Amino acid sequence: MDRFVDAFLNPAVIEKYLPDILWGMVVTVEVAAAVVVTGVLGGLVLAAIRSFRVRPLNALIVLFVDVFRALPPLVIILIAYFGLPNVGISLSGFTVLWLVLSLVLAAFSEEIFWSGILSIRKGQWEAARSTGLSFVQTLAWVILPQAVRMTVPPLTNRTIAITKNTALGAVIGVPEILMQAQTAQSFSGNATPLLIGSLAYILLFIPVVAVGRWLETRFAWGRA
Amino acid sequence: MSDDNAMLDVAGLRKSFGSLEVLRGIDLTVRPQELVFVIGPSGSGKSTLLRCCNRLEEPDEGSIRVDGVELLDPKTDINAMRRRIGMVFQSFNLYPHMTVLSNVTLALRKALGKSRTEAREIGEAALARVGLADKVDAYPAQLSGGQQQRAAIARAVALEPKIMLFDEPTSALDPELVGSVLAVMRELREAGMTMVVVSHEMRFARDAADRVIFMDDGVIVEQGPPERIFGSPEHARTRSFLADVAA
Amino acid sequence: MELFVDQFLNLEIMRQAFPLLLRGLGMTLLLCLAVVPLGLVGGLAVALICRSRWRAVRWPAYALIDFFRAVPPLVLLIFIYAGLPFVGIRPSPFVAVCVAFLLNTSSYYGEIYRAGIDSIGRGQWEAARSTGLNVFQTLAWVIVPQAVRNVLPDLISNTVEVVKLTSIASVVAMPELLYAADMARSLTYNPSPIVLAAAIYLALLWPCVRLLSRMEHKVAR
Repeated sequence: MDRFVDAFLNPAVIEKYLPDILWGMVVTVEVAAAVVVTGVLGGLVLAAIRSFRVRPLNALIVLFVDVFRALPPLVIILIAYFGLPNVGISLSGFTVLWLVLSLVLAAFSEEIFWSGILSIRKGQWEAARSTGLSFVQTLAWVILPQAVRMTVPPLTNRTIAITKNTALGAVIGVPEILMQAQTAQSFSGNATPLLIGSLAYILLFIPVVAVGRWLETRFAWGRA
Repeated sequence: MSDDNAMLDVAGLRKSFGSLEVLRGIDLTVRPQELVFVIGPSGSGKSTLLRCCNRLEEPDEGSIRVDGVELLDPKTDINAMRRRIGMVFQSFNLYPHMTVLSNVTLALRKALGKSRTEAREIGEAALARVGLADKVDAYPAQLSGGQQQRAAIARAVALEPKIMLFDEPTSALDPELVGSVLAVMRELREAGMTMVVVSHEMRFARDAADRVIFMDDGVIVEQGPPERIFGSPEHARTRSFLADVAA
Repeated sequence: MELFVDQFLNLEIMRQAFPLLLRGLGMTLLLCLAVVPLGLVGGLAVALICRSRWRAVRWPAYALIDFFRAVPPLVLLIFIYAGLPFVGIRPSPFVAVCVAFLLNTSSYYGEIYRAGIDSIGRGQWEAARSTGLNVFQTLAWVIVPQAVRNVLPDLISNTVEVVKLTSIASVVAMPELLYAADMARSLTYNPSPIVLAAAIYLALLWPCVRLLSRMEHKVAR
C-alpha cells in the first residue's frame, strides 16, 4: 500500500508538477472547445446541404462521412502531421489535432443531424410550404430546429467521445494533459503524474456530462 | 368549358404514382364563394386531387388555374401562389417547437416580411376568429385535437387566402371534437370563403355545401347540389357508396 | 501536385512497405480477436451487475463504469503499461492493451446492453416467469436475444470503434498495422505507408460503416 501511495500519490511530485498538468488541462479544454464548435457546425452545414438533394454533392458528402467514420483518428493525425509539412503546409500540432478531430466530429454529427432531419414527418414540410414559405425558410425555421433538438443525446455522446481523442495530441507533441503527464513522469521517475492526469480528465468530463443532461431536459417537448 | 370567373379551374388532370394511375382526367371548376364537397371511397384520388391544387403533388398532365394564374407554369412563383391557397391537413401538422401564435405568424413574418407587431395583431385576430384567443401562447402539445385543427385553420386563414382546401379535416379527431371544427368551417363559409373540402362528414355536406362531387377510381362520377346527390343519385356507383357509408 | 503524389501516394514506397504492413494487419486482427470478445462478454457482465438488487453492488459498479468512460483509452493504456511497473507489475504490451480495452469497452458495451434490456417490456418478463423460468433462464432465452436484436446497430457501431481503437496500441510499441506503417514512415521519411495503412483500414471497415449508415437511416424513416 505504501508503495502504491509513493508511486501514484507522491505529494512532492504532485507539488512540483501540478502546474504542468493544470496547463495541460487548459490546452485540452481549448482544443476540445474548438473541435466541438467547428465539428458540430460543420456537420449541421453538411446535413443542411444534403437536404437540397443535389446528387453529385450528396455523393461527395457521403464519401467524406464514410471515410472519416471508418478511419482511426490517429491514422489521419499522423498522415496530416508528417505529410503536410513536406508539401509546404506548415501547421502546428495543435492545429493539426483540431483540424482532424473537427473533420471526424463533422462526419459523425452530419449523420446524426441527417437522421434527425429524415425523422421529421413529411407533414411539417407540407404545412410550411403550403403557407408559402420557401424551401430554405422551411428548412431554417421549421425543420432544423426540430431536428437539432432531437439529436441532443446521440450528439453529446459522440462529442464526449471525440473530445477524449484530444489525448492523441500527446503523440504529436501537443502539450495537453497526457503529454504533460508523460513528460512529468519521465522527469520525476514516478507514476504520480499519470494518476493525476487521469483524475484531470475525469474532472473535465463531469461538467460536460452535466451540460449534456441539462440540454436533454431543456429540449424535451412533445413530438409532432 | 373554362369559366373566366372561376376561382379554381382544373382541366384534364392526370396523375400516376409509378404504375398506379390515381387521377384519370379530372375537369373541375369552382366559383368564388362556393363550398364544394368531395366524397368517394378511399383510393378514389380525392386527396391527390386536392394536393395537386397547391402543387404538393406534381400532376403528370393537365392544367390548374387558381384565380386566373396557371399553377403548373414553371414561371409561376409557387410560394406566392401558395399564400393565396390555404391548406388544412388531416393531421394538423402544427409546428411543435413553437407556440400557437408563432405557428400562425411564421409565414407572415418570413414570407410576407411583416413586422412582429403587425404579424402578432393579424395572428391574434385569426386565432380569435377560430375561438382560440386564450390559447395564443400555448404549445400545440397542450391543446386538444379539435383546438389544434382550429389553430391550423387560423394559420391558413391569417394569410388571407382566396381559396381554402381541406383534406379530411376532421378524420383524425375524436367524435366530440368534430363539431368545433365544423363550426369554424361554417363561419368561414358564411364570410364568403371559397372552399374545397374532402371529407366523410355527410351531414355537414348536406347543410353547408353548394355542390357535392362524387369521385371513384380517379374520375368524377357525378356532381350536383347535395339534395340531388344524396337524395336521388343518378349513377349506381354513387348509390352503392352512399349505401355503404350509411350502413 | 507532383509533390503531393510523391508524399502521399508514393506507389514505390507503398510497395516496399506492403509486406511490413501486412504483418501489422495480422497483429491488428489478432488484437481484435482478443479485445472484441472480451468487450462483448465484459459488457454483458457489466450490464447484469448493474441490474443487481443490492445497492452495495450497483453503486460501485456505476462509479467504475463512469470512471472508465471518462478516461481516454490512450491514457488508460499508458497508465497500465508505463505506470504499473512502478509498483512492480510489468505487463507486456499485449496484456496492457487487453486490460485497457477490457476496462474501457466493457463500459460502453455494458451501456448498450443495458439500454437493450431495458427496452424489453415487462410483459416479456412476466410471461416467461409465469411459465416457471427463473431469472437466468428468462434472461438467456427470452430477454437477451430480443435485446441484442434491438441494439444490433449500436453493437456493430461500437465494435467498429473498437477495431479503430486498436490503432492506439501502436503507442506502446505493439506491432500492429499503424505501428508498422509509422515504422516504415520513419525509415523512408515519407508518409505514404500510413496512407496505405489508411487504405487497408478503409477496406476493412468501410463496408461496416456503409451498412451502419443504412441501418440508421432506415430506423429514422
